[in-house]
Amino acid sequence: MADKLYELTAHELSDMIQSRQVSARDVTQSFLDRIDAVDKSVKAYITTTPEAALAQAQAVDDAIGRGEAVGALAGIPGGIKDNVCTYGVLTTCASKMLTNFTPVYDATVAARLNNAGAVMTGKTNLDEFATGSSTENSACFTTHNPWNLKMVPGGSSGGSAAAVAADECAFALGTDTAGSVRQPASFCGVVGFKPTYGLVSRYGVTSLASSLDQVGPITKDVSDCAMVLNAIVGKDRLDGVTLDIEAKDFTKALAKDVAGLRIGVAAECFGPEIDADVEKAVRGAIDVLIGLGASSKEIALPHLRYGIQAYSIIAAVESSSTLARFDGVRFGVRSKHAGDATLMSEKTREEGFGLAVKQRLILGTHLLTGSCYDEYFIKAQKIRTLIIRDFEKAFEECDIIISPTCPTVAFEIGEYSDNPLAMRNADACTVHANLVGIPSISVPCGFKDGLPIGLQITGKHLDDETLLRVAYTYEQTTDWHKRKPQLI
Amino acid sequence: MSQLTRQDIESVAYLCRMTLSEQENSILTDRINIILEDIQELTTLDTDGVTPTSQVISAVNVVRKDEVTPSLTAEQATANGPQVAENCFVVPRVVDT
Repeated sequence: MADKLYELTAHELSDMIQSRQVSARDVTQSFLDRIDAVDKSVKAYITTTPEAALAQAQAVDDAIGRGEAVGALAGIPGGIKDNVCTYGVLTTCASKMLTNFTPVYDATVAARLNNAGAVMTGKTNLDEFATGSSTENSACFTTHNPWNLKMVPGGSSGGSAAAVAADECAFALGTDTAGSVRQPASFCGVVGFKPTYGLVSRYGVTSLASSLDQVGPITKDVSDCAMVLNAIVGKDRLDGVTLDIEAKDFTKALAKDVAGLRIGVAAECFGPEIDADVEKAVRGAIDVLIGLGASSKEIALPHLRYGIQAYSIIAAVESSSTLARFDGVRFGVRSKHAGDATLMSEKTREEGFGLAVKQRLILGTHLLTGSCYDEYFIKAQKIRTLIIRDFEKAFEECDIIISPTCPTVAFEIGEYSDNPLAMRNADACTVHANLVGIPSISVPCGFKDGLPIGLQITGKHLDDETLLRVAYTYEQTTDWHKRKPQLI
Repeated sequence: MSQLTRQDIESVAYLCRMTLSEQENSILTDRINIILEDIQELTTLDTDGVTPTSQVISAVNVVRKDEVTPSLTAEQATANGPQVAENCFVVPRVVDT
């Protein structure tokens, strides 16, 4: 038995559990011990659930002991972003508004992981209501990047990415509205996948911008990513936008094969904002794939540069609607200064929301007033159409598009906290997949100053398997994903 | 678009049913004006004849049968209410009697 089980991937642990080399309980205990050892430095978790985790693991061991067949994720410890409802477990969205909120039901993704036998280690930190790119907007605390504790882990799913990178869980779930799975995965040197919009249910996941939100796995490698997708993908009658497609086994996409693959490379993805070392690493990754039989082609995405601005408008407007539910009536905290009903809402929201959330609420509400609706919101949705057309045209000439996941490696905690545009630009490379609704994955492709660089592979609508195949091929040819931060 | 004043921010905050401290108003006025100036660039782009996107999947009018299925009990549904009585959420009076 490996003495550091927590260092292994989910698929390695799965093989060991299924063949009874280790018990699920030993695996879970290893991760719980790891959390005890390093989370005081990393601060990835808002809530840990050690007793429930050990009970879940024991149930898996009991099932195996009875000779029952268990699934690939059975006994595998995973963290869940704290904007995903978990029955009986505090779900705060990293907001003062929900410090006392204990869901009475599971989100569909949480229930599906549970049904697959996965073990929940706890709830991971995020920017409040997923509003941010660094976890600095969390009302709880800022998570630290395991590669350099002075740096941010990215966000909003920074707790999930840091937990996976620090071996505090074998996998984690995040949510991605503009890059919130891929950007922290890039900053923390792990794999982050945003599936095609509609592939994974958002029922029980606190909405931010519903036309953009998607749940995705954060994992140690691409094989683990496919395993988690197998558990969470599928139609859900409780989320009307989930697509009614046949069940797939995503692990079948894990083939080392890019022969004939056409890689689209857009000059717009390598603008002056991209760090030179990041560009070098990403272009080097393209060369690796070309060396394995792929070809590359210059493509044009002329409206890409407007994406982050259009996103700012659409996300603010949608958030001003989705966050209206937090008014001190049905859940969460209520201000003690409530007099009449209006004052109750006003004071509850003043005291419950952090500044970044307030900023988005006010911006979104303003952009819906009077002529702003047509001038900005409808304009942004038209630009979204133009961006969708750009990608449709590009995919006539290529199978995937490769770009950096982020313009830079992780930045220092506090570096951008007073600069709304600089912080937003951390999502400049990732936001398009959300606007278009297409799948996109980030995998490690290098380092700069000891900090990971992410390679982003974006694909056609519902062609998630091709992304997994390309990412897997790249990963199997390189060893970036095998490096680990030295925490203790 | 002209710059928003602190009074503008206060008016929009009222539409959000959210009060702000003086300091928050000051910070948000600055930050929101920076963003508004930045997104101004979009208004220069010609989008005549372009249909705005409302959703990115082909689904239209997703419906299901109106069937009774197991659901939360009244106790569960109100379990997180800040103030609850007889399975109802208690709120300050909103109409005069």
